[in-house]
This record gives sequence, structure tokens and C-alpha cells, in this order.
Amino acid sequence: MILSKNAKIVLTILMILGMAFIYLPLFIVVLNSFNSSISFSFPPEGFTTSWWSKAAQNSGVKQAIITSIYTALGATAISLILGTLAASAIARYKFFGRDTLSLLIVLPIALPGIVTGIALNNVFTNYFGGLTYFTVIIGHATFCIVVVFNNVAARYRRMGSSFEEASMDLGANRIMTFRLITFPLIRSALLAGGMLAFALSFDEIIVTTFTAGAGQNTLPIWIFQNLFRPNQAPVVNVVAAALILLSLIPIYMAQRIINAPSNNN
Amino acid sequence: MSTNSLAKVQQYLHKNIKARITALLLLPMTWLVVIYLGSLAALFITSIWTVDDFTNKVIRTFTLENFIEILSDRAYLNVTIRTLLIAASVTILCALIAIPMSFFMARVVSPKLRPVLIALAITPLWASYLVKIYAWRTMMSPETGFLTWLLTPFGIKSPGYGLISVVLALTYLWLPYMIIPIYAGMERLPNSILDASSDLGAKPFKTFYKVVLPLTYPAIIAGSIFTFSLSMGDYIAVQIVGGTFQMLGNVVYQNFALDLPFSAAVALIPVIVMVLYLTLIRKSGALENL
Repeated sequence: MILSKNAKIVLTILMILGMAFIYLPLFIVVLNSFNSSISFSFPPEGFTTSWWSKAAQNSGVKQAIITSIYTALGATAISLILGTLAASAIARYKFFGRDTLSLLIVLPIALPGIVTGIALNNVFTNYFGGLTYFTVIIGHATFCIVVVFNNVAARYRRMGSSFEEASMDLGANRIMTFRLITFPLIRSALLAGGMLAFALSFDEIIVTTFTAGAGQNTLPIWIFQNLFRPNQAPVVNVVAAALILLSLIPIYMAQRIINAPSNNN
Repeated sequence: MSTNSLAKVQQYLHKNIKARITALLLLPMTWLVVIYLGSLAALFITSIWTVDDFTNKVIRTFTLENFIEILSDRAYLNVTIRTLLIAASVTILCALIAIPMSFFMARVVSPKLRPVLIALAITPLWASYLVKIYAWRTMMSPETGFLTWLLTPFGIKSPGYGLISVVLALTYLWLPYMIIPIYAGMERLPNSILDASSDLGAKPFKTFYKVVLPLTYPAIIAGSIFTFSLSMGDYIAVQIVGGTFQMLGNVVYQNFALDLPFSAAVALIPVIVMVLYLTLIRKSGALENL
């Protein structure tokens, strides 16, 4: 599309402003983790790394990170299996009720988290004997299915069925076709969906609040509990800054996946 | 299972398409229907029950008192209207920010820079939800925040914690959910359509308004599902940057422990709104753009 010079300038300015809106708050959190003022006054009063060493020794943080990783791994595993199965049916076959089913898969993420949270809490505590380690994983998996489903379904729609048909015409059975043709073709979609599911679960606080058993403090729960304690403020801020810097890793990996030759979107 | 019977199963599945679909859908649908829909149903049945005033135990007898209380008390109507207005403002703000950014990334910038920019724009999706609200807490802090530092020289007072900071924080949180579908929608537009529009004499702005926007409309609606629903159910941003007012989520959260039936009845409000919204847009093709 041919744009006038002025239109390009306006669009560039809007883009820069948008990027500033996205990055400024994150930048300030990282900046404050080195701010020697305990009340985080802006501009910073001085430079210190003492908050980082203090946070590294905090046992509550360590425990919370471990809990979060285990929960996210469990939820990701379940959602990878269920999401792929659902995508294999919905993206490749036409059948009665297909639209309703795709709506059902989106529902856990389209409905407010607090609704899912209290619904699951009610069932777990009143009918299944209380909250445990597994109830959080079940809660997380329920809303993680959709991200795996979306990635795999999009891949199926793009790749069509001709490769698999060719494979079966040449005598391969379904298992062999899945192993040698389908799986390699959807692998990067599984990886992307799995990473999204992991990030979504690692980060979740609302459903977690209602489905985690006593003492199952994930990292977001720990942050929330300590957010309003003034003497914990610098440690909370370091954890926040660390999470921001950590979030660069999936970006880098996602970029690698998107740029990989097997995936031309 | 012997190889022979395995082959038989395969043969059966190969011939019978219905059996194949059922086999694939059995596990995911059992999970979603039993665990998820079952829990939702159990919750909403609770909303027609009540609690004993002294013991806070749920009494399982049919009553409409929760709904009568919600509909007759002006305070709850106000909370509902406020929540819907906040969710609508967040959605509109997200669209206003996301449309020019997506258009720039999909149509203006060189294809080489494109993946870098889109990666940068959706980075916040990976940053933690709580960290992002926390970031706005430091931004908006009335005494030492960045906004106070920025605005004071101009003689403007920073809004501090309140309605404005909640809308800003929620917009910030859900912006990537709006950028992703709109960007994808704009990238998909064939060049020929845009060229045809300008060949027929339309100025760039008119092409944008008459061709690009209508064609990316399903993508914008797809993004709005997330921005609207996620804003409507949020109760954490209000606690961290909101000061004193309440949204629907706060009412649900506060009543949850002592009066689950009432809490369930309030929780039904966002669910009804979202189900109505999803049914309305199902025909627009927005769900394929998620």
C-alpha cells in the first residue's frame, strides 16, 4: 500500500508511543531493583545491588519458584495431550456440534478467571475432599488446553491433509503416518503451544488462589502476599524485575521457532 | 494388544470416520464437560440456594433471594455498570493503540524488521500478570511515581490510584491480546485489494477506513473477547492500583467465603454478559481469528 510521507510519519510516531507505553513500566521496575531508595523514588537516588543479593537468599521465593515450575509442568503436559487431541478432530473433520465444541474449548479462558476459580473451588472443597497439589494442576490445565489447541489447529488448517493421505496411499498405517509425517509437521506448533501453556500457568494467580491447597504458594501468590508489606518491597521488586528479564527467554525461543524453515507463517 | 487386533482397530478407525472423531474427542471433551461445565453447573445451582445466617452453612432449598437482592440494591447495579464501563473503556483503548501499531507492523515497515517489531510488541504477554500491575503501582504512586515526576513540572497532578490507573493497568495487561489477532488479520490482507482501492482513486486514509478496517473487523472482535472478558472479571488490579472502589470481581471475592450462593449469583452477571457476547459474534467469524 502506498502511503504519503505524512501518513508514514504519523504511523511511526504512534508506533513509538505504543512501544514506550509497553516498555516504560517494565523498564522502571528493572531500574528500581537497583534503586537505593526503599520507597523507589523517581528519579533513583543511588545505585545498589543489595536488593538482588537479599532476594537471592529469600527462602520463600525459592520455594514459590519450585512450586510454580512443578504446577506449570503438570498443567502443560495435560494440556498438550488434550489440546492436540481436540485440534486433531476439530480442525480436520466436519461434524455436528463442531462450533459448539470450539466454543467450549475457548470458554475457560473467555470467562473471567474468578468464575472458573470459585466454580472449581466449590466442587473440590465440597464434593472431593479439599484442595491439594493436583487441584491447582487440574485448574490450570483447564484453561491451558485452549492455547495448545489454537496453535495445533492453526497448523493443521495450514498444512492440509495431502501429506498424510500420500503416506497412507503408500501403505503406512495411522500410527506410522502420525510418527513420520504428522508429528514432525506439528512439532513446532506443539512447542509453541506448550511454551505458552507453561507461561500461562506459571503466571496465573486468580484460579490458583481458589484451587491451591494450604501451603501451595506459587510465585504469583507469594508476590501478592508480600506486595503490601513495606519492608518486603525491595525483594518483591527484585522478583518482579527478574521475571521481566526472564520473559525475554521465551521471546527469543519463539523467534527461533517462527523463523525455523518448517514454519512459514 | 497383539499386532493383529491392533491392525483390526486401525482398520475399523480407517473406515469409520465417526469412530475416529469420537476416539479423538473422548478425553478432551470428558475433561471439559465433566470438570469444567460440571463445576460451572454446580456453582450456578448454588446461586438459587442460601446460607444460614448464624452458621454460614449453605442451605439447599430453592430461593430467588440472591437475585432479588442483586436486582433491588442500587449498589450492585452501580458496581455492574462501573465494571462494564471499565471493560468497555479498556477494550476501546486497546483497539485504539493496537490498530495503528498493527497496521504499521503489517503494512508499513520492511519485512525484515517485521518479526523483530512484532516480537517486541507482544513481549508483555510473557511478562507476569502480577508484575505488570505491580509496574503500574510504581508508575502511579502519588508521592514517588514516574507519572508524578513527569507531570508535576507541567503543573498537572498525577491521578494516583483510582479509576484511571485501573483502566490504564488493565489496558496495559490485555493489549497484546488485541495486537496479536489484529496484526494477523492485517498481515493476511491481499495487496491486490489495497492496490485496487488506490487505483480506483481512494486516498490512503479512505482505503484504511473503507477497506482495511472492515476486513480486519473479525480480528478486532476476536481481540475484544479477551480484553472485555478479562477486564470484567478482574479483581486484583483494583486491589493493587484502584484505591477504594469495587468491581464485580471484588464483590464475588468478598462474599465467596461466607455466602457462596450470593457470590455465585453475582458471578453469573459476567458469565451472562460473555455468553451473550460470544453468541452475538459467533456468526462474524471472530472465533476463527482467536
